[in-house]
Amino acid sequence: MFANNEIGTIQDVAAIGKLAKEKGIIFHTDATQAVGKIPVDVEAMGIDLLSCTAHLIYGPKGVGALYVRRKGPRVRIAPMMDGGGHERGMRSGTLPVPLIVGFGKAAEISREVMAEEGARLAKLRDRLQDVILSSVEEAFLNGRPDRRLPQNLNISFAYVEGESVLMGLNKETALSSGSACTSSTLEPSYVIAALGASAELAHSSIRFSLHRFTTAEEVEYVGQRTIEVIKRLREMSPLYELAKEGVDIKTIKWKAD
Amino acid sequence: MAYSDKVVDHYNNPRNVGSFGKETPGVGTGLVGAPECGDVMKLQIRVNLETGVIEDAKFKTFGCGSAIASSSLATEWLKGKTIDEAAKIKNTDIVNELKLPPVKIHCSVLAEDAIKAALADYKEKHASVPSGAASK
Repeated sequence: MFANNEIGTIQDVAAIGKLAKEKGIIFHTDATQAVGKIPVDVEAMGIDLLSCTAHLIYGPKGVGALYVRRKGPRVRIAPMMDGGGHERGMRSGTLPVPLIVGFGKAAEISREVMAEEGARLAKLRDRLQDVILSSVEEAFLNGRPDRRLPQNLNISFAYVEGESVLMGLNKETALSSGSACTSSTLEPSYVIAALGASAELAHSSIRFSLHRFTTAEEVEYVGQRTIEVIKRLREMSPLYELAKEGVDIKTIKWKAD
Repeated sequence: MAYSDKVVDHYNNPRNVGSFGKETPGVGTGLVGAPECGDVMKLQIRVNLETGVIEDAKFKTFGCGSAIASSSLATEWLKGKTIDEAAKIKNTDIVNELKLPPVKIHCSVLAEDAIKAALADYKEKHASVPSGAASK
């Protein structure tokens, strides 16, 4: 991934591209989260293949793009479907023109507003982060603070479970406790777990995504509501109670169900 | 995921949240689940030592809305039951009452486990006290 979908961390893709080039390896990046949000340059970054999607840049759902390098090196890919040989034989099937046009227009707008929008969202995101982290103890920022997508904020709240946090906020906000890709499973976030967090904190992560139409008022509101919900759920949490009594949760022998 | 109205109600207005003081007589405590599984329930009963009737129940739960609702409902049902009657509460009763979807059945199982653990803890601590409908 160019930028992670849960925690927003931006990889040093140019360094990976350079390394791949030196070793003669074809380099593909999933830039779904990055395209339209931060500068992406397939030449400067040594990218041979890149995938992205329209719906994350305010375009229509159901259309994406795969960039395939034509020279230096020429990349050849085997089609997943045979048929009429559309798109140079790489993807047979009639092209959905309205979706493609919508994607193109969305990309055009994103390119125009990206710099300004990125700065505005980063400022709002930082405000939301400050509001929450300054009021809630044992709340942990996930992801690398200095290399993050401007619209992403991911926080783990100790002693409360993610889905119950969402339930407290879902009347007025659309949030997620993982990525959309895993929203129908009950597994904890593998991304947060891979960062070395305890499994309990991986169950407690919330992703806040800001967007083009997010306002400063909404940020203040969501920040305050989050603080309230966490406080209420902690009063209901046996883990919080144990921690307050000075019991180290890790020393308890839990009987897993 | 769509929650039933009853789950939402228990989540927004949980019944009997809390803990009994460590010195309170007639208390049995069950602590089940595990943080890494995303569900931990603490369920407590306070039994009248003369009648064997559960007079009060409290819970605290770390878990999703359905887990909170399952334990909240369990505390409501426990009140007024003898400990023998309480042992008959089944997870399927909770599933039916809260209309839990298949993916949330484990919440009701955990609530039943919590009830059983609290009853066992009570019996262990009060081995000499009669159980069941001992009042008459």
